[in-house]
Amino acid sequence: MKIIVAIKQVPDRDAQFRIDAAGKWIEEADLQFALNESDAYALEEALQLKEKNGGEVIVLSAGPERIGQTIREALAKGADRAINIACDDLGTRDALGVARLLAAAVKQENPDLLLTGLQSEDLGLGQTGVILAELLGLPHATLILHVEKTGTGLTVKRELEEGWFQTIDMPTPAVLTIQSGGNKLRYATLMGIKRAKMKEVRQLTAAELGVDGAPVVVLDRVSLPLKQKSTQILPGSPKEAAAALVEKLKFEVRVL
Amino acid sequence: MSGILVVIEQREGRISRISWEAVAAGQRLSAQTGEPVGAVIIGSETETLAAEVASRPVGKVIRVEHPLLARYTPDGFTLALQQLIQSESPTYVVLPHTYQVRDYAPALAARLGEVLIGDVVAIGEGPVFTRQLMQGRLNGSYRHTGTGACFVSVQAGAFRTEVSEATAAAAVTSFTPTLDVAQIRTKPAEPFRGSSQTVDLGSAQLIVSVGRGIKEADNLPLVQDLATALGAELAASRPICDNGWLPMERQVGSSGQTVAPKLYLAVGISGAIQHLVGMKGSQCIVAINKDPDAPIFEVADYGIVGDLFEVVPALTEAVKAARS
Repeated sequence: MKIIVAIKQVPDRDAQFRIDAAGKWIEEADLQFALNESDAYALEEALQLKEKNGGEVIVLSAGPERIGQTIREALAKGADRAINIACDDLGTRDALGVARLLAAAVKQENPDLLLTGLQSEDLGLGQTGVILAELLGLPHATLILHVEKTGTGLTVKRELEEGWFQTIDMPTPAVLTIQSGGNKLRYATLMGIKRAKMKEVRQLTAAELGVDGAPVVVLDRVSLPLKQKSTQILPGSPKEAAAALVEKLKFEVRVL
Repeated sequence: MSGILVVIEQREGRISRISWEAVAAGQRLSAQTGEPVGAVIIGSETETLAAEVASRPVGKVIRVEHPLLARYTPDGFTLALQQLIQSESPTYVVLPHTYQVRDYAPALAARLGEVLIGDVVAIGEGPVFTRQLMQGRLNGSYRHTGTGACFVSVQAGAFRTEVSEATAAAAVTSFTPTLDVAQIRTKPAEPFRGSSQTVDLGSAQLIVSVGRGIKEADNLPLVQDLATALGAELAASRPICDNGWLPMERQVGSSGQTVAPKLYLAVGISGAIQHLVGMKGSQCIVAINKDPDAPIFEVADYGIVGDLFEVVPALTEAVKAARS
């Protein structure tokens, strides 16, 4: 099974960020970046499928130079090789523009399976995988927790709302977006990190792929959310704050 | 191009609240643009549901009917709606931001050369669509610049459904898409419930809920002690259950349970929208978090900004003292 995993590098979850001077995005200079969480689960699913069924795992990512680090980490975890699409205007492309870029690279590889996380932690669009399927003319399923190879294709377990699930049979090649929690994530081993340095990373550019990025949806500006409620912050030492909260729970919320 | 089409979602013959919220969002757009609102219901036997939709404040109802639409598949719904949209050429298509819509709407929009503006929480003059970025810590204002229909999906709870006076029922028409069984490539089975539910968080009066801030499974007793002292059920945000630290049935959020207790005490939960939708209806929300900018504080009534490893034991002691 030849599997491509499309991954995204996103600002670290705990990163404190500032809005940039133009008000269009956040200052990236002082941020830490990491692999998007559900993409990590997509990679894990791919690695486990390869261990069970044989084949190859290729990671694919688009973005500025800094994504090289995240690609290396994926290779260290066990991906066989990588495709790095150099792209400095990722932020001004809409979901279709980004998916066109990735689709052009996927087409050259003809994989049996294309996996990606269900959504990114920064933009949270949750669309890339579905649009990729559309552009590649492949069947897809989203929010997948488990993938089983069958004689004719795949059986996947899809998460529905409020604790419901569903299994879906589908042919390959196919596109799946992976929900977090389906597997236990592995760490890169020292040997893996060493081996990653030898693995092939194919460098591509948007221009080479012949994909223009004219958007039909634009992000005009970003802002801090307005508070929906006036939160009463209870100040003081942990002990003082705890005492103040107990007062509230007793006399105002009346649950004590 | 004219009109606003709202796609109504049904599950087992029931229309969910978020579909009415999508209608409200459609009306918001209508107030701005003067375009009329129509509703679309998809399935194989939609007559009763269409009548229900027609009693709501919509100008018309279109039943998109086909035997192959009896069960949801992304292929079936995308093909059917693509044909409807090409026939109706609406200016806006408004959808509820559900798991189902997330599964097909991006493909539907892309097929028509457009991009869905998903998970919208507000619609301003322009129209400008607000959606949340960075796990709810940032808002983004989006504009549609394409030449085709503008696709928008709305977040649960973001648009208030107005109880409107009884109006004359809207006209109901039918649209039969051309579908072939060979075009439907995925074969879904009947939905099933996960593990048997032994915890009913939905009826709990007090809930202490724990998130990523707890760092390790070994630290969970800290929060369990607080829950015990309060007589509360213990719940968690998704990452805790993903890691297997607590069973999935204790998960609160869009993929877990929806709760509305008297007290929801969130410990080390930053408050990503997937979590907030499951608990923001609680009567009183208390948040303990080290990050003063965590989105959980936007819905909290009371907050303590601090290290949970210091605050929680102090709180447990204070609760025990108050109880004795």
